[in-house]
Amino acid sequence: MTLSAFILTAVLVPGIPAEAEVPEAVQFNRDVLPILSDHCFKCHGPDERQRETKQRFDTRAGIERAASKGFLVSGKPDDSELIERLTTADEDEVMPPLSEKARPSPHEISILRRWIEQGAKWQDHWAFIVPARSKLPAGGTLDKLDHPVDRFISDRLQQAGVQPGPRADRAVLLRRLSLDLIGLPPSPQERERFLADQEPGAWERLVDRLLASPQYGERMALYWLDLVRYADSVGYQKDSHQNIWLYRDYVIAAFNNNKPFDRFVREQLAGDLMKDPNGSAAQVAEWRIASGFNRLNQTTSEGGAQAKEYMAKYAADRVRNTGSIFLGMTTGCAECHDHKYDPITSRDFYNFAAFFADLKERGVGQPREVKLPTVEHILKILPIEKELRELREILSGKDAKDTGEVGGRIAALEKKLEELTRSPPMATTIVTEPGKPRLMRHLPRGNWLDDSGPEAVPAIPVYFGKLDVGKRRATRSDLAEWMVARDNPLTARVFVNRLWKLFFGRGISSTLDDAGARSAWPTHLPLLDWLAVEFIESGWDVKGMVRLIVKSEAYRRRSVPFRSEAGADPQNHLLGWQNSFRLDAEQIRDQALAASGLLSGKMYGRSVKPYQPANYWFKLYHQSRYQQEKGEGLYRRGVYTYWRRSFWHPSLRAFDAPSREECVAERPRSNTPQQALVLLNDPIYVEAARVFAQKLIADAGGTPGERINQAYRRLLCRAAEDWEIETLVRMYEKQLAGFRENKEAAGKLVAVGEYPVAGNLAPEELAAWMSVTRVLLNLHETITRY
Amino acid sequence: MQGNTTAQTELCRRAFLGHGASVLGGAALSSLLSSQQLPGATADAARPGLVRPLHFPAKAERVIFLYMAGGPSHLETFDYKPKLAELGGKPMPTSITKGQPIAQLQNKALKCLAPQYPFKRFGKSGQEMSTAFKHLPELADDICILRSLRTKAINHDPAHTFMNTGTTISGRPAMGSWLLYGLGSEAENLPGFVVMTSTGGGQSQPIASRQWHSGFLPGEHQGMQFYSSGDPVLYVRNPPGVSAGSQRDVIDAVGALNRGRAKTLQDPGIAARISQYELAFKMQMSVPELTRINDESKETLELYGIKGLDGSYAGNCLLARRLVERGVRFVQVYHRGWDHHGGVKNGIAKTMSLVDQGTTALIKDLKRRGLLDTTLVVWGGEFGRTPMAQGDGRDHHMMGFSMFMAGGGVKPGITYGATDDLGYHAAEDIVEVHDLHATMLRQLGIDHKRLTYRYNGRDFRLTDVHGKVVKELIS
Repeated sequence: MTLSAFILTAVLVPGIPAEAEVPEAVQFNRDVLPILSDHCFKCHGPDERQRETKQRFDTRAGIERAASKGFLVSGKPDDSELIERLTTADEDEVMPPLSEKARPSPHEISILRRWIEQGAKWQDHWAFIVPARSKLPAGGTLDKLDHPVDRFISDRLQQAGVQPGPRADRAVLLRRLSLDLIGLPPSPQERERFLADQEPGAWERLVDRLLASPQYGERMALYWLDLVRYADSVGYQKDSHQNIWLYRDYVIAAFNNNKPFDRFVREQLAGDLMKDPNGSAAQVAEWRIASGFNRLNQTTSEGGAQAKEYMAKYAADRVRNTGSIFLGMTTGCAECHDHKYDPITSRDFYNFAAFFADLKERGVGQPREVKLPTVEHILKILPIEKELRELREILSGKDAKDTGEVGGRIAALEKKLEELTRSPPMATTIVTEPGKPRLMRHLPRGNWLDDSGPEAVPAIPVYFGKLDVGKRRATRSDLAEWMVARDNPLTARVFVNRLWKLFFGRGISSTLDDAGARSAWPTHLPLLDWLAVEFIESGWDVKGMVRLIVKSEAYRRRSVPFRSEAGADPQNHLLGWQNSFRLDAEQIRDQALAASGLLSGKMYGRSVKPYQPANYWFKLYHQSRYQQEKGEGLYRRGVYTYWRRSFWHPSLRAFDAPSREECVAERPRSNTPQQALVLLNDPIYVEAARVFAQKLIADAGGTPGERINQAYRRLLCRAAEDWEIETLVRMYEKQLAGFRENKEAAGKLVAVGEYPVAGNLAPEELAAWMSVTRVLLNLHETITRY
Repeated sequence: MQGNTTAQTELCRRAFLGHGASVLGGAALSSLLSSQQLPGATADAARPGLVRPLHFPAKAERVIFLYMAGGPSHLETFDYKPKLAELGGKPMPTSITKGQPIAQLQNKALKCLAPQYPFKRFGKSGQEMSTAFKHLPELADDICILRSLRTKAINHDPAHTFMNTGTTISGRPAMGSWLLYGLGSEAENLPGFVVMTSTGGGQSQPIASRQWHSGFLPGEHQGMQFYSSGDPVLYVRNPPGVSAGSQRDVIDAVGALNRGRAKTLQDPGIAARISQYELAFKMQMSVPELTRINDESKETLELYGIKGLDGSYAGNCLLARRLVERGVRFVQVYHRGWDHHGGVKNGIAKTMSLVDQGTTALIKDLKRRGLLDTTLVVWGGEFGRTPMAQGDGRDHHMMGFSMFMAGGGVKPGITYGATDDLGYHAAEDIVEVHDLHATMLRQLGIDHKRLTYRYNGRDFRLTDVHGKVVKELIS
């Protein structure tokens, strides 16, 4: 098939606007707005300074004005000046001006024509319309599925005449779900349990077991920490250490305890301003830890840095990142000028920054740390306090004689509480410390030296309305309330879209970092809206949403095979299949450790420093010394790995872990030789291979086949095929012969890593088995989730 | 909207896979793969950034950026100011400094510090250079001195980020990554973008790895650090006790098992994974070969003033030559000893003793091997230093500083631009960092306005929305 034939096939996919065909019914925000955005907004869009005429095409008023001026004549494209200007041969008249290299295509002009034919009506950008619960498509569609997610997906598939793929094999599903929900391969016990459970509801039970696992919080935190740019160092210049890991622990606990997402948002943005009616010190401490969120920006202690300049940098950093994290909006360009595509003005930018004017911070210098009880400790206290309150309430409504049992329980709890709080484990962390708001100004063209701009007053971007605060100054609490208000069009959609990506490898709108005018049109907008509304109405129940998504049939289908015939939906936009994708950096590490039995189950605490090449940090600063852990600290999950922003761990970096300097909503997934070098040669993978080999020799039967089979089950959740066993046995024998000839080499290899070497094994045999397990840790299938 | 372009790329990718073009697939192909290995059209599809044909005929094919981190004083290297000598010890005119951002000299009395070295004219071109240079003047007729650079950040970290990525905001791609994205690499078994930091000379200037990160560009475009001690490339050495043959067996078994599963899994990523393992193995072989310099003549080592590769700047310069000979697109060599807040005179002398000879040797060496014509050499730091004294040193300075370029189609033996009488403001033919970037790209055949990547809803460039090609520098 030729390339052009291929593209032709592709354009026949419904829902993906075809190069050659103009939609029957043009939808303004889907079909027209992107064209106007690409070709007109630069001078007729949101940026006030770039507008040379009053005519703009990015607002309802602008389109109405165009109609009143004859630029658009409803029903009559030939009479509309817009079309005339776009198509004229007159070099002075033509739009966009000839200096613009990108020209509207004939196809785009056809769309504009049809839009005018059909009335030239305005419609808001999809992500700016408050989501309403979409009508569920009728049941009885082609695969007779009743799950809401499936009804939306089947509906599209049916319309397109695309046959969905079959359900995946149970073992594949088990590994998929386990990796997706807890970031680890299923344990042998879980494998046995699930595969033995043939009763209806086995899947649902598995989902519930995994969601209840504390490792779920660690997995979800990983994604959140990328968004909020969590790190253990300050970022700029010497990039010194900072303690803010209590915040990381807060995030893990929040996901594990299924903290409603709206509370999660409020606590991070404004936890320091929250008042606990019960006067619980533990509760206040948790909220303060959460408020560390506002302090995750990079800071400097560089000699000669001007405090004023850096205060401006921190303010801009917060606007950019807060916008990306919660709203999926890009705001960075508005630091210097109005946004070119989205309704974010420069004024909006600085008013948004003013929400954070009350943060006590230094422009130059190490952020101040405060001492607080650990999250682990707080999590022990809070349930006891809650139970005590409930019991006391019961008590207050009863006669004294009925209170024996309750009173006893209260006394016991009080004693326990007293014991726990006598000397609580403490740690230092950075929190938001509110003070009197400092004067912040609009900086003309982002120039921090220029004090001529007006005072910035906390406000949300004008396009999205006005906070109802009367005459008082709006606060971060007001901002948080707006973020999670029912009429905020973005927060729920953006989060649900990102959640979807975790379970399908791609968002319903594929631009996870941008929900603005230049975002990708969602493949299933009604589904996205339905999920967003469901999320809000469920009380922002994150586990509930996860459960909902993974219980769908769509989630459980086989991952899309590469079909040479390509089919009608070669990119699987319509989700007739699952997608397969490479695991994230930390998951790759965790999986190797888990399969070998090396993984530490310890949760929480300061970040740890696993093996790292000597001198990796030395390049940064000559005083930098990496203090590698001893013992258990080497084998903790990747989420606890020390994150230095200037030199983050090289083997995580090789697998696309980001620097955590700016919000990252989607890690790239590259495929490089460095990745091969890490899996082949990084000592942690060599050590994991040894401990894995020791385990196989100790646990499995004596035959190579049995050992290899067990290795496959532990790592890939399946038995090895005969040819795989043969391949590995052949290699094993060759390696064994080699190591027998060179016992010294075998001794060196098995000595890699701190974990004790099994004393009862001949080093050459262990080394040869290590070669087998090294192969397995390097397989494409191992680092891929199908 | 983003949908269509990426959709088509994806389609093409799959289309080629459908043809069974065996090594392609999965993620975009690594820049480490030789572009020659790729059939023409296929390469473009698998690597959407590739500029084919080039926007302009290329004058340079590769770049060596000798990065003088810390900020070399222009006043002691390339930009002599008699007026400053006159005013030495006297107050700096407030008319110049009023309202200007100041680094460590904030709230201090501002006094002029006279140039600490005499300057002389060298070569047929009569280029004026500091006598602190003992070797470089031999190349006066080969280099192009820029005296009117200007940057936008006054502290090291953001100024480095600006010089390397064209913005002070973290997370954007380094220029080497942009080049790999736009040009790919000719190196068969080596990364296309290599970074080296040097040892020796009390170098205290921190340099973050974001300076060679690919930012939002695909990860295969990131710079790879070469180390002078330990393994030259992270994780390039086999585990202890594993011979090359044993490692080969492991990789063969990985390949065999991957290939065998490809049919069942029908995962196009497998083919790419297999080729990456082959490449990794080749790198394991070729990196040691690269660093075994026993094929270099005694005379060459003497030219660089080294006995072997010792992690020194001069040693790294030799390695840089060996890298570009093997087709590496962008090599960056850092020396981090230029932050002379105090004792600028002795400081310069000391750093010069570590940098001057290696720099000169590299250019001479490239020249005699016929590589200088096609290799653009850039020498300079993130900013310059104040005409004002900080004790007996100089503070950070962003409004005017110097760099030099050589080879790669740049006019030799000229000096371009000028600062004001006291060396404070770039005054004539100002060259912004964006202009430098635009000019470098131009020499490589790329229009800086047309090398873009869609991210966050916007088409990003190395030059942001700025930059003009300095045509006067082009021969």
